[in-house]
Parts: sequence; structure tokens; C-alpha cells
Amino acid sequence: MRRLGRWAIAGAVLLVGRGQRRRQLPPPEPVVDAWEPAPRAELLVAGLLLLAAALAVAFIVIYAGGADTQLLGLALGLCFGTLAVASIVTAFRLTPPEEAEEPYPERFHSTEVAEVEQIASESGRPLTRRRLLGLTAGSAGLALGVALLAPVASLGPVFDTNQLRREPWRRGVRLVDSEGRVLRADDIELDTLHTAFPEGANPEILASPIVVVRVEPARLDLPVGRRNWAPGGIVAYSKVCTHAGCAVALYRAPHFEPSRPRPALVCPCHYSTFDPATGGTVLFGPAGRPLPQLPLAVGPKGELIALGGFSGAVGPSWSGVRE
Amino acid sequence: MIRRATRFLDERAGAAPFLRKALRYVFPDHWSFLLGEIALYSFVVLVLTGIYLTLFFEPSLKDTVYHGSYEPLQGQKMSEAYRSVVDISFKVNAGLLIRQTHHWAADVFVVAIVLHLLRVFFTGAFRKPRDYSVVMSVPIVGASLAVLVWGAGYPGIPSFEGRMYIAHVFLLPIAIAVLLSLHLLLVVARHHTQFPGPKRTERRVVGLPMVPGYVPRTLGLALAVAAVLVLLGGLVQINPIWQWGPYSVANGTNGAQPDWYLGWLIGALRLMPGFDVTIGDYTLVPNPFWGGVLFPMLVFAFLFAWPTIERRRTDDRDVHNLLDHPSDMSWRTAVGASVFSFVAVVFLAGSMDRIAVSVGVPYTWQIWIFRAGLLVVPPLVFVVTRRICSELSERKWSEVEPSMARE
Ligand code: FES
Repeated sequence: MRRLGRWAIAGAVLLVGRGQRRRQLPPPEPVVDAWEPAPRAELLVAGLLLLAAALAVAFIVIYAGGADTQLLGLALGLCFGTLAVASIVTAFRLTPPEEAEEPYPERFHSTEVAEVEQIASESGRPLTRRRLLGLTAGSAGLALGVALLAPVASLGPVFDTNQLRREPWRRGVRLVDSEGRVLRADDIELDTLHTAFPEGANPEILASPIVVVRVEPARLDLPVGRRNWAPGGIVAYSKVCTHAGCAVALYRAPHFEPSRPRPALVCPCHYSTFDPATGGTVLFGPAGRPLPQLPLAVGPKGELIALGGFSGAVGPSWSGVRE
Repeated sequence: MIRRATRFLDERAGAAPFLRKALRYVFPDHWSFLLGEIALYSFVVLVLTGIYLTLFFEPSLKDTVYHGSYEPLQGQKMSEAYRSVVDISFKVNAGLLIRQTHHWAADVFVVAIVLHLLRVFFTGAFRKPRDYSVVMSVPIVGASLAVLVWGAGYPGIPSFEGRMYIAHVFLLPIAIAVLLSLHLLLVVARHHTQFPGPKRTERRVVGLPMVPGYVPRTLGLALAVAAVLVLLGGLVQINPIWQWGPYSVANGTNGAQPDWYLGWLIGALRLMPGFDVTIGDYTLVPNPFWGGVLFPMLVFAFLFAWPTIERRRTDDRDVHNLLDHPSDMSWRTAVGASVFSFVAVVFLAGSMDRIAVSVGVPYTWQIWIFRAGLLVVPPLVFVVTRRICSELSERKWSEVEPSMARE
């Protein structure tokens, strides 16, 4: 037992001695500025860190028990917040406000620049046909680049352009509303906007949705050749704006006569305004061409049917698409 | 302990000399230098929350019927993509918090990056040797906007299916991250700029060293950014797509109000007079091109070309490490302010419909007021800024050297 004690003492002395020999080195020149200790600030930081830990635990508890978004946000946000305050207290109270100096890097390394040039020219010295080699290397690189990019083509067109061309409106197709009910001519009142779709077709095709409004027949002034397109003043236009393809979802119908000139179809995106009485011509706004009109007729039971396709291309005027 | 760790690193990676230098790397101090850091930290939040969201989002346009906990949408037909976002918001624990934090981070990122860009422009930080770290920031901003546009459209509009989604969550973020790291590398390689002052010269940079002073400060800023974003994400609703309902071609009003940072594009689209450039039946240039493509390209081209333009004009090929006070460079400041005011007017024009509703000025008048504004405001801003600048800098110099001013 006593022996063990002696060993322990000897070991301790050795250990202490080892440490002391290190300490005998002369202290190095200080790099960091001296700064007075701030024990109270340290306590504050410790408290904030504890609080942050508690908030993090609270987050876990809230998460496990139902995860209310507001409480979660508060717990996590405040946790980050207390940590931020702790960091900032540390920064301003526990570190010196040093003004260290450093030289900006040299403008350029003249020797190395010269050496690089030298190495390049010396390596190229045995070459006699530089132009030829350069040209062939360039063409090989270009060809390989194109070859490597070629497989991208299998992705196919990003936009399904066929969708733009599919034409669900044909002679005799009935108009239905979004619930699939057949629209009758009597359903269309003055000053209201109806959205209609071709019966039995996919309503998500670009050319499907149309707007139907009733214009006072006396007001109608359709282009030549469209005389019989508007039974009883009911006109139909594509619902897709010819500017950038938003849905023409607003109908400006003047209920107080003098303030507005006349009823108009309005697109809510950039406010292109189309006149339903004159074949969808642009009254105002950035659209470059009229809304395509759909010829209408009234069927034997009073239902609305299409007489054929649109008067022009549906959708925004991308290159090539035109009336 | 630290000695052992450092030696470990040094023996394996030869890292000690680098570490020694990095620890005392000097950061000049000015509040405006924080803008770039804020952008960086919100980008980190953006990426982390984004990664979480990709685990739950389904980029598919296949039809499905909603049978979830959110009553108003019960039984509605919608795309898988839309359903997955509604589920992230209502079914996934903490999903809504992460989603809203993601969106807020995007907004803060854009604001910070734009302010940072303005700071760099007006203080002349873009001059040699930092011209290329600035030129690089233009594609960063461009790519960020592209991500946002693809993100803003989602979910459910046809363009946001599989491949576009890959661009949003994978290609563009990686591009941004790579460009951002290059940008930071270049900045560090040539050191930060500083405002002139005692001991602060073109050859010596003065400021706070990385350790011990700078690290806790910037850590504090990073944590504060995270705190604000998470608090916003938890407490302030943003982009509640469940209220707008699933997208369909026939329902224009769904989400027709784009995010605010697209306001300048919307404004440009709305102010543009309506015409298409056509040859016969062939549409050569559709109208949205002017406002939606050409206008932003011109703005980016301006930023891109500015270092060259200025070098041509001033014939100044020197290396600059000291920043300018905007008032001392009246020409640059005036041009910048005038271009900025042009974009700002277009941006304001993006909210013409709101103005019409809240102030009551008819929309048709506003179109003409804003178009006139575009012609009048920028030159006016140019002249006024130039005046203010020369006056300010005159006053400053007369304080420094009264005799000089009197002469
Ligand atoms: S999309 Fe209709 S006005 Fe632009």
C-alpha cells in the first residue's frame, strides 16, 4: 500500500516537472491586443447560452406535441436570437477592438508571370505547325462539345407545342360551363361574363376556355364575314389573352353610363382590354392583336353551339403564331 | 490541445501556415459591408430549408383528388405537385414553418443582394483588381432571379413540372453556390476594400482580425439573420397557396399577383405600348419580349459593362483598394442614381392597379403618367444628384482645407 503511495507521488512529481519544463520557454511576443476581463459579461453570455438550450428543447417538445407553426417559429427564432445576442456580447465585451494592419497583396508577381511565359514558350519550341495543331484541336474540342451536349435533345421539347395547336372547337360542339352543364342562350344575360368549355373535351387545353357575353345587338359592329357569328348579340372569345397568355377574367360592364365608354373584356395581368362588340379588337393595353372569336349559333333546344373554329390563333403571339 | 490539433492538421495537410494567416485576416469595418454577408447567410438558410422541402415536394402534374385535413379543398381535383405543397403546409410537422422560412429567405436574399450591388456600385468597389468579382455577381443575380421565377410560379402551372423543377432545386442553386464561392475566393485573394482614413491607404488594410474579434461578430450576424427569417416564417404568413386553389388555364386570378421582386418586369410589361413586330403573318417579336426579356437584359448589361465604361471614360487603369465616397464621384453617382430611378419607376408601375384601387387615379391615366415619368425622372435625378454631390464634396473639402475652397 505504502509502495503504491510512493509510486503515485513519484508519478505526480514527474508529471508536474514535465509541465514546468515547458513553461520555462520565453513567452512569445503577443499577437492579440490585451483587453480587460469582463466576468459579468461572461456570466451574461453563459445565461444566454443556457436560455438558447432551453428554447431548443422547447422546439423539440412543441414539434413532438402537435407542432403549432407559430410556437415552433417562436421557439426556434428566439433560440437563434439569444445565440445571436450571446455572440454579439462576446464580440463587444470579451474581445479587444483591435486595429490590425496587413499589407494589400502585391499588384502582380512579376517573376512568376515571366517564368510562366518562359515555360510556355520553351515547351512549344519543338512545334513547327502551330496553326495547324491549334485549328485541329479547336475543331476536335468543338465537335466533342456538341457531341456531349447532343443527348440533351432526348429531353424533347420543354413545352408541349402540340397542346397549343389542338383545336377542341368544331362545328356543332356544344358549350358547357365548368360543371359540365350545357349553356343555353337564355342563360347569358347582359353585363355578365360566362366562362364556357367545349363539351367532352379536356378543359385544360389552351384553346378550350372561352368567355361568353351578351352585347346589345344594336351595338354590335363585327368585322365583315362574321355577321352571323353572334345570335342575339351573344359573342364568344378565347379566354387566353393574346399578350402573354393569362386568363381574360374581368368584364368591365358600365353600370353607370357616362363614366366608362363601353363594356370591355379585361385581362388582369397587364390590363389588355378587348372590345367584345367589334370582334375582340384591342382598346387599350399591351396586347398586339385581337382576341380570337368563336362563331356561335343557337341549337334546336336553345343551347349554344360552335359554328366552327376560332377566327385566329389562340394564345400569346409567340414567334410564328399569327392570325 | 489546440497545439495537438493544429499539429495533426499540419502533418496531414500542411495547413498551419494557411491557418496562421487566416486567423489574423483583416476585415475593414463599415456597416455597408454587412449587406453582402446578410445575402450570404440568407442563401445558406434558403438552401437548408430548400433541401428539406425537396424531400416532400412532388413535381408531378398528374391529377389527384385532395383528401386531406384542409376542409375548403376537400374533394377537389388538383395536381400532385399542388397537393404535396398543401400537405407540406398542413400535414408535415413543422412543414409550414420551413416552407414559409424558405420563402422569406428568398425575399431577404434578393433585397440584400440588390443593396450589396448598389453599395459596390456607388463606392467604386468594382474597380481593378476587383472588377471580375463584380462581373461574376451579375450571373449570380441572374441565376437567383431565374430560380425565384421558377419557384414563384409553382406549384401546379404546367411549366413547373419535372425538368423545370430540377432547374429550380438542383442546377441553378449549384450554379449560384459555385459562382458565390468563386466570388468570395476572388474577394479574399485581393482582400477587402476599405474607406480611406488614418493609416488606411492603398497599400495597407486596417481592420478587425478574424480571431478573436471578427468571428463572434459575423457569427452573431448569421444567427440574427436566421432568427429573423425563422420568426418571420413562423409568425408572418407568406404565399398561402391553399387559399388560391389549384391552377387551371381558365382561372386567371389564381396567383395573378406575382411576387414583389418581379414588380419591375410586370411594370415593364404593362407600360409597353401594345404592338407585335410582324412580317406578314409571322410574329417576329411578340410584345412581352420588350418588357419581360429585353428590359431586364439591358439592366444586367449595364451592370456588366459599367466597369469597362468607367475605365474608358476616366482612362483610369490603376489598382484601387480604397473606396470612394459617393459624393466625390458625382458623375458615377449621378448615372447610377438615374438608372436606378428608371428601374424604380418601372417597379412602381408594376403596382399601378393597386394604386388605382387605393388612391383612385384611373389606370389609364397612370399609364401615361408613368410613361412620362420614365422620360422625365431619370434626367432629373441625374441633374439633382450631380448638384448635391458636388455641393457635398465641396463642403467636405472646405472643412478639411479652408484655404483651398476660398481660392
Ligand atoms: S397577359 Fe393579358 S395583358 Fe398581358
